[in-house]
Amino acid sequence: MKINEGKFQGVWTLGEQRDGDISTVSYELLAWGRELADKRGTTLASVILGHNIEGKAESLIQHGADTVYVVDHPGLEHFTPDVHAAILEKLVREFMPEIFIASATTYGRTVMPVLAARIETGLTADCTVLDIEQESGLLIQTRPAIGGNVMATIKTPEHRPQMSTVRPRSKKPLALDASRKGNIVVKEYPGDLYVSKVKFIEFIKEETTALPIQEADMIVSGGKGMKDAKNFNLIHELADLLNSSVGASRQAVDMGWIPYSHQVGLSGKTVSPRLYIALGISGAVQHLAGMSSADVVVAINNDPDAGIFRVCDFGIVGDIFELLPVLIEKLRERKATSSEGEHKATSSKGGS
Amino acid sequence: MRIVVLVKQVPSTDKVKMDVETGIMVRSATEAELNPLDTYAVEEAVRVKEKTEGTEITVISMGPPMATYAIREAIAMGCDKGVLLSDKAFAGADTWATACTLSSALKKLGEVDLIFSGERATDGETGQVGPSVAAQLDMPALTYVSKIREVGDGKIVVERAIEGGHEVVESSLPVLLSVVKEINEPRMPNLTGKIRARKTEVAVMTAADIGLDPSRAGLAGSPTRVVKVFFPSMSRNGMIVDGKDPEKTVEQLLQFLNDKSFI
Repeated sequence: MKINEGKFQGVWTLGEQRDGDISTVSYELLAWGRELADKRGTTLASVILGHNIEGKAESLIQHGADTVYVVDHPGLEHFTPDVHAAILEKLVREFMPEIFIASATTYGRTVMPVLAARIETGLTADCTVLDIEQESGLLIQTRPAIGGNVMATIKTPEHRPQMSTVRPRSKKPLALDASRKGNIVVKEYPGDLYVSKVKFIEFIKEETTALPIQEADMIVSGGKGMKDAKNFNLIHELADLLNSSVGASRQAVDMGWIPYSHQVGLSGKTVSPRLYIALGISGAVQHLAGMSSADVVVAINNDPDAGIFRVCDFGIVGDIFELLPVLIEKLRERKATSSEGEHKATSSKGGS
Repeated sequence: MRIVVLVKQVPSTDKVKMDVETGIMVRSATEAELNPLDTYAVEEAVRVKEKTEGTEITVISMGPPMATYAIREAIAMGCDKGVLLSDKAFAGADTWATACTLSSALKKLGEVDLIFSGERATDGETGQVGPSVAAQLDMPALTYVSKIREVGDGKIVVERAIEGGHEVVESSLPVLLSVVKEINEPRMPNLTGKIRARKTEVAVMTAADIGLDPSRAGLAGSPTRVVKVFFPSMSRNGMIVDGKDPEKTVEQLLQFLNDKSFI
């Protein structure tokens, strides 16, 4: 849509749900949305599509939305790209938002390009910073390319809405405010709009309780230096102790020590955790490209010239097989003492 | 079955070096290759062809004349034909305009059952062109495909690698699949393939050839504008310690993690 096709106003975020629960990324996105809406002096709305989700709309308001558009239908229970995009198109054409952002998850990165193609507007992928340009009021979208080695600032001057996907974890969600009030608008569409060419069959859950690396707060990552699949278990052990997710270099994935979904880097996933621990990873540029936006990087490697040491905050030059067991042991002791402490605290609380 | 694979030529990732002083990645401007993530799309298309009699694979790319190199790489791996969309009018295209060019060409080239693309290109890293092409051709986009379970009789069943697991979906044909690295192990082209690739003529088509209004192509047709490009440094001046005494070093590390409230 061209800017002169009507009066576009308001900031929208695309909410995301899994099995009827609102995903954390939806709240992160609202924090971005709130900031943009306030700078632009406008309202913030969130859109959520799903089945049996109407009751969850309130939580989006409590996290910063002024309005929530809900489309609740059995046909939206699973992600069907054609139907989800068609519904979003209906909503956008009716309410004409000026800005529409989504998370750069597999959902956002699929439905948004389809939507942008349908309504003929620009879409900027995987932004890490969003802002409003004071003079023009335009959305300023900043994104890394070539694995974070180039940052590009992008505008959508003549088309509306201005759309971007935003990298998960690029902002903290706002604190929940149970007293916040807003409008919940439930939209219904004719049944044929929900008929998809795609049919959901099943979901095979990965056998882990850890978060996918793209959303993880902490990642323990192993590379070629782990030498074999058995040693790679040490990575899992440490990750368990730290309650973190497991990452890997390309070499570790290519050796078959861990599935591809854990690969960090240019041909894997880009991650932005608070803590990234690189073990036995030399730090090829292609790997660094995927993790350089971590807040804190810790590395252990026996090669003092390893590239990973250039980008780390705390590095240990040494033998991983000497250091890692000691680290695991000490963390285990620590955990045992602290859980004893917690236990005492709980029982004393119970006694009082 | 009629298959199209969309590919991109990108600066070679193997040739990437880091500038030691600035931490900036330096690429040689002359070295280019078939986008590594596209090789999985090519391989998967070839595997479908090997299982399905009467299948023809066309490789399509938009780019400067030198992008025929990427097309020939794909032909060497087992694709049949190549089409390069090349025109000054295509230059500076964003993902929307690129998709517009590719989908115009696809409409011109006739019916297709399956379109493959890589997850994203290793330079621009948007992953948007595949799904946009699907939308412009009014077919579903199945993204992050990690396995084709079955294909034929006008339908396909695939697994998609998404957050937390794999989603299994069925779709009617035609459909666009963007595939992830997990899907296969791409073959190295053999000598016969390389010779065939060298002998195969790659058709070059312009905006006029595909009937595309130049105002919908290239920079002119792009809704987005890059207004600034800058190079952040990745280097951090971290503390590096010698790990000869594991006990002591690990204590130091724990102290560091504790100070930062990670433990």
